[in-house]
Amino acid sequence: MTVRVVERPQRTLAVQIYLIEVWKGLYITFRHFFVNMARHAMIALGMKGVTPGSVTIQYPEDPAVLGKRARTRHRLLKRDDGAPRCTACLLCETICPAKCIRITAEDAPDVRVEKRAKTFSIDLGMCIFCGYCVEACPVDAIHMDANDVEIASYSRRDMIWTMPQLLGDEPR
Amino acid sequence: MTPFAPEMLLWSLVKVGFALSFAMSIAGLLGWVERKQSAIMQDRIGANRAGIFGITILGLFHPIADAIKMMTKEDFVAKGVLKPFHALAPMISLGCGLFCLAAMPFGGTVTVLGRAWSLQPIESSVGLPLVLAALGLGVHGIVMAGYASGSNYGLLGALRGASQMIASEVCLVSSLAGALFLYGTLDLQQAVVWQATHAWGIVLQPLGFLLFLTAGAAVTKRTPFDLPEGESEIVGYHVEYSGMKFGMFLMTDLIESIVICCLVTTLYLGGWAIPFLDLQAMGLLGGVLMVAGFTVKVGLLIFLLMQVRWTLPRFRFDQLLDLGWKNMLPLSLLNFIVTVWGVYLWQ
Repeated sequence: MTVRVVERPQRTLAVQIYLIEVWKGLYITFRHFFVNMARHAMIALGMKGVTPGSVTIQYPEDPAVLGKRARTRHRLLKRDDGAPRCTACLLCETICPAKCIRITAEDAPDVRVEKRAKTFSIDLGMCIFCGYCVEACPVDAIHMDANDVEIASYSRRDMIWTMPQLLGDEPR
Repeated sequence: MTPFAPEMLLWSLVKVGFALSFAMSIAGLLGWVERKQSAIMQDRIGANRAGIFGITILGLFHPIADAIKMMTKEDFVAKGVLKPFHALAPMISLGCGLFCLAAMPFGGTVTVLGRAWSLQPIESSVGLPLVLAALGLGVHGIVMAGYASGSNYGLLGALRGASQMIASEVCLVSSLAGALFLYGTLDLQQAVVWQATHAWGIVLQPLGFLLFLTAGAAVTKRTPFDLPEGESEIVGYHVEYSGMKFGMFLMTDLIESIVICCLVTTLYLGGWAIPFLDLQAMGLLGGVLMVAGFTVKVGLLIFLLMQVRWTLPRFRFDQLLDLGWKNMLPLSLLNFIVTVWGVYLWQ
């Protein structure tokens, strides 16, 4: 067994004088300060194409910037003929760890799908946004890509989204 | 003794009022400067929400909102604190800080309406020791606060504050020795006049300036020397304070940094003097220019200290004491010796 000697960084005299290092740090912060000030000033004067002086997103006024693969509110998809893709197989309801999906099934007029959802509701107040429902769905009927994160409401009942709402047929 | 003149009494009151409002308004503004400056150098925007009817003017209402919040908050006094001392401590801190400003020469002596008007609130031949003494007394507020709190964290902060104050105060005074040897006076006004007629202290005493500024930053107890507070490890001497009492401690820090900037301006940056202008002979305009020049110099120094505060991390306590006793104190003594020899060889 060998002993590995870890090289510790040595504090040279230049570091121990401290002033040089302080100046290096101040150089960075002063540079940021003046560059950002210049950018703020140029934007305030109405110049176009200037890099913004800050990376802050003023959220409620400006829209939230979501990642491309952000997992947001659920959305039910439709087939080409406009009927919901959901075949009421209840796999999503079964796998849901938060038990927030409620589906009631009925006979479908279309013989190829046998069953369809009569009601399909998701209680977003209980949903933990794990995405299992999307993974479980065999017919690609549910996605979590509505890019909608402002789903808060004033009552628990209002947190339940019904099938037409999830399909986008009925506005909320 | 000069005969009693009622207009001079009034003038003294005006000067004291000016010194007080100078401190209070700048301290209020510093809250805004601190937020905005740190935000801009960190690529952020900074506080910009407080507004009256939707008007925000770059977040300038935030200090007002802060003040209202501090005053209307519950002033909670925990069980087990020593109440008289607990209440007295912030007053001592703030009072000592404010007192220092009364001895600052905001301007020289100008002749208006056939009479000489001094623009310094307290005209004393021992102005500098007065300021340093008051600055040193300020630590009693901290020690009292920590001791009266009945909390170990508060006491720890107070202990740190006391030993840091000794370590930095000694360097603060000894780094001044060189400059005072040159000026040959303890009168702050005379020091400015000497600099106006000879050369600014920063040119003659660059090392002294640097040491004084560093020690001064340590006296103000702000980052990187905010060990008595150290909000991430011990909350410090004001752990048991709330409401306006806490606000007074916050204000003390800001006012002490104004005091230090005023002192550095007076002793090293020529005070109210503006190069190539004989302000004392210019009457009213000269007086205005004096105060304006002094304020601009103080503002620039505050900007620098703010930037340092937001650049450097906090010292470890042994590092701070090493810096004070082992490095800065010998250097300031060396500075004095070199100055004395320099003057001896020059003459």
